[in-house]
Amino acid sequence: MQFSEAWLREWVNPPVDTRQLTDQLSMAGLEVDAVTPAAPDFSGVRIGWVQSVESHPNAEKLRVCQVDLGEGEPLQIICGAPNVAAGMKVPVATIGAILPGDFKIKKAKLRGVESAGMICSAKELGLAETSDGILPLPDDAPVGEDIRAWMALDDACIAVDLTPDRGDCLSIAGLAREVAVINRAPLASPANEPVVSTHTQGIGVRLQAPAACPRYVCRVIRGIDPRATTPWWMQERLRRGGIRAISPVVDVTNYVLLELGQPMHGFDLDRLDGDIRVRMAEPGEPIDLLNGEEATLRPDTLVIADGRGPVALAGIMGGARTAVGPQTTNVLLESAFFAPMAISGKSRTYGLHTESSHRFERGVDPWLQTRAIERATRLLIAIVGGEPGPIVEAVADAELPRRPALRLREARIAQVLGLSLPASTIQDILERLGMQVESLEDGWSVTPPSSRFDVLEEVDLIADIGRIHGYDRIPISHAGAAMVTRAPPETDFDLDRARMCLVDRGFHEVITYSFVSPELQTLVDPDQTPLRLANPLSAELSVMRTSLWPGLLQTARYNQSRQQERVRIFESGLRFGNGPEGLSQTPGLAGLITGTVDPEQWGMSGRGADFFDLKADVEAILALTGAPDRFRFVPNSHPALHPGQAASIQCEGVAVGLIGMLHPSLAARLDLIGDTYLFELDLAPLSLGALPRYQPISRFPSIRRDIAILVDADVSYAAIADCVRSAATDLLRDLVLFDVYTGRNIESGRKSLALGLILQASSQTLIDDVIEATVGRVIGRLTTELGARLRD
Amino acid sequence: MAEHTGLGLTELQRLALAAIEHAPDLAGLDQVRVRYLGKSGELTALLKQLGRLPADERPAAGQRINQVKDAVQSAIEARRADLEANALAARLGSERIDVSLPGRGRTPGGLHPVTRAMRRIERLFANAGFAVAEGPEVEDVYHNFEALNIPEHHPARAMHDTFYFDAERLLRTHTSPVQIRVMETQAPPIKVIAPGRVYRCDSDLTHTPMFHQVEGLLVDEQVSFADLKGVLYDFLRNFFERELALRFRPSYFPFTEPSAEVDIQCVICGGSGCRVCKQTGWLEVLGCGMVYPQVFRHVGIDPDRFLGYAFGMGVERLAMLRYGIDDIRLNFDNDLKYLRQFA
Repeated sequence: MQFSEAWLREWVNPPVDTRQLTDQLSMAGLEVDAVTPAAPDFSGVRIGWVQSVESHPNAEKLRVCQVDLGEGEPLQIICGAPNVAAGMKVPVATIGAILPGDFKIKKAKLRGVESAGMICSAKELGLAETSDGILPLPDDAPVGEDIRAWMALDDACIAVDLTPDRGDCLSIAGLAREVAVINRAPLASPANEPVVSTHTQGIGVRLQAPAACPRYVCRVIRGIDPRATTPWWMQERLRRGGIRAISPVVDVTNYVLLELGQPMHGFDLDRLDGDIRVRMAEPGEPIDLLNGEEATLRPDTLVIADGRGPVALAGIMGGARTAVGPQTTNVLLESAFFAPMAISGKSRTYGLHTESSHRFERGVDPWLQTRAIERATRLLIAIVGGEPGPIVEAVADAELPRRPALRLREARIAQVLGLSLPASTIQDILERLGMQVESLEDGWSVTPPSSRFDVLEEVDLIADIGRIHGYDRIPISHAGAAMVTRAPPETDFDLDRARMCLVDRGFHEVITYSFVSPELQTLVDPDQTPLRLANPLSAELSVMRTSLWPGLLQTARYNQSRQQERVRIFESGLRFGNGPEGLSQTPGLAGLITGTVDPEQWGMSGRGADFFDLKADVEAILALTGAPDRFRFVPNSHPALHPGQAASIQCEGVAVGLIGMLHPSLAARLDLIGDTYLFELDLAPLSLGALPRYQPISRFPSIRRDIAILVDADVSYAAIADCVRSAATDLLRDLVLFDVYTGRNIESGRKSLALGLILQASSQTLIDDVIEATVGRVIGRLTTELGARLRD
Repeated sequence: MAEHTGLGLTELQRLALAAIEHAPDLAGLDQVRVRYLGKSGELTALLKQLGRLPADERPAAGQRINQVKDAVQSAIEARRADLEANALAARLGSERIDVSLPGRGRTPGGLHPVTRAMRRIERLFANAGFAVAEGPEVEDVYHNFEALNIPEHHPARAMHDTFYFDAERLLRTHTSPVQIRVMETQAPPIKVIAPGRVYRCDSDLTHTPMFHQVEGLLVDEQVSFADLKGVLYDFLRNFFERELALRFRPSYFPFTEPSAEVDIQCVICGGSGCRVCKQTGWLEVLGCGMVYPQVFRHVGIDPDRFLGYAFGMGVERLAMLRYGIDDIRLNFDNDLKYLRQFA
């Protein structure tokens, strides 16, 4: 909500400047968003009276005006505006005036005729975004007076960003009450004597949905002057409140909305057909709205209807059929209470958000309607004349919301706020806030004012006390609560440690969106149907990732296209599986490498990274589980991976991840340069519960025997290692693969492996016989089981 | 014989010492040693011939030969030490390197700045005894809104710009549903933080559709707003590592009362007013409040017995202020030239 500071100060005028006032509002929970001057800086603009207008001798569109500024001879001013006319009062920038934008007015000749100033438009004075011509001032504007002073332009427009609980502050009246409470300042509201009706015409009102509309107040005003215009001061207050002036009836209802917080509506009485019915809409009922749009109504929507159908979306927007127009002479003013539940969310579903719906959604004081209609009537007849009829009020008393009395325990205040306040202070704050307060044995019984829809519980009163007393006056305590130690189990996989492991191995962490493009998602994981957002920001961000790879691939491409050929990145986060057994949200860790294994440097080869470089990174992570021996890399096929360079990472037979080279055809589709390698691990299965288990260290020396064997190329190292381990029994402390060779001197289809066996016994020094027997057994088993042959 | 021996020995000693002095290197020195002191060396041979002398001459002759042998021996040792020192000096000289050449091998990468800030936040709260709790990112309407006292059509719900999957499921708009999930499964006392990704259907210069929050929740029999102020004062001063003015501004969250937004004195301009703080001198960094009784009722905690406080902060906001980042979107471009700055 935005408002004129000067208007507020008419209600309450504490001895604080604008800055202090806005700080007070913010610190009372009414956050000030912006303070802008009512008009930009300008000077030297006075009110002039156009005595005569003659055509310019040398220019068709220019006029030569004689303008009286109330001192001696009139000034001759050239004006190009089409609406300039003799008899008008206008703002005149005299010689030496400075207009917004530091525009200085000098004596000038226009097409040979002298001009001693400029007649200004509202735009030129910074009072409007656009103008059709010069700004006409009212006839009673005092000639010669400075326009800034006369229009009270040295005012500030204050915008407050109110939280949805404070609907009671969406008005000058509401804000003024808060300012009065904060400053202990007196509050003055404009006199509002009831208007005496001059005829008896009313209208029938049927409350057919009393829960949604328990109070409907209206009044007929006959014989208004349709040519009357809204006075400049009202237009200015509306403008400073961010509302455009339209016509007297609309402007007055908007003025009362800003002043008292009561949204109102004016109907053209002559276009209404029969009684007013406040009812729920019939399904599919149409209504043409004031904004030129047609809405098809749902039965959950409250409408104002007459004998022919809906004439307004209650509390949201009026209809076109009964709108007040330039021909309107008889008006029905409406001032109703619509329950927040009846309005909440409705305007949004119709794509409408109005000053009216904004207030009704948050709660309008259900006792405000009569006061508002009296105020509006008085303002309106002062502008357009007319004959006011009696107030018509339909009430469903039982349905009116009532603020129940709340029990407020004095001890509870100290407990919640951590601050003890004297009972007198507490009672004083509550009473200044307009609460009815009665003392009880342990505190008070407090009834909040009818405008405070947000006060529902004892703690809401406590919050108000804290707020008005000042949050900054609540002490800072370090008493704290009981220390609760809930550390995760020691053997839980430590993601933070794994991240640092990858960082230390040269990876950069990335964070990508959890929603990805369906195309990329399908390329990476064609077997899954991803979870799809109903309202994505764009198609590119419309499905939930089932893998971390789409984000990594996109990031690799992003960086490759920015001269970063060597990429080593990882991400951790949830993947969103959407299988037949329902949604799964599983944490994962994935990485991608492409480019050289090491950064470019002297003395190293600049070798391109391959599968085994990434495998070492993965093995480093798996080592953090405490039981790296439980993991196996098993050849696997995956649609996104090279069929010959892909593995499933398994933990005791259960798949926990994938590693491999990005399929070259996929790499080409994604415009990725060079070979790209990826891994992804499920995090949950990495918590293996493996605590270190101390083993006595053998005091006896270990010995090493190296063997070189030839096997068929398709015999896996894993099979060889298993065979060696099994044959060497527990004497084998370690097995080192120190060479793998194919090529010259090795027959095609075979490969040579060089193995180092490190043997050690726990209770004795190994003697040659045992060593030879063990190595012999290993070679024998390799020969019989895997067709190996010892190389000479 | 004795005379000959004596003269021969003196000459022998002179020759040996000269040879030692002229030995060019350790190998040459060793040849000299073998020639005089080896198994068939000249001095060794003289000692072997002692037996041929008459018994009364033997002690004197033996003593004389041994004196020469000792002299040769020590000359060899001295020369060896010299030669070794020379060899070492030559080797050291030849092995001089340019120590200004860059080190070889792999350089570490780095954590994402958001993670970096998040870790710091988690550690500060861990020091204060908060455990980490987690919750799903695809949430249900109940946990994200209703249990937090945000009913359908509540204006606060409209402010959340929610991503939906269907009528029941959505992407969590804040980490607050983790509060509910923790209270559903743990009995008080509760002291947790819940870090994680959150989502809003909003994307412009200052908003990304995904960002990170850290939620905090403490529930116990004696907790007050003053305690909440204490924990947040401590946190913010430690996070920014400086004395900071703070202000607690009354605000509104449907799931806390009293509620506050916490502003810190602008860490860019120190409070004098700048572009970052929009000339106000203050930066809004988190929201907090006392758990609303209705929320306790939703999870079956007795609001008359227990009190609680909750707070929530945007991690990107804190990271950007801490590291001087001026565009939130950089966080999700993942440009390596950006990420390297936080390694």
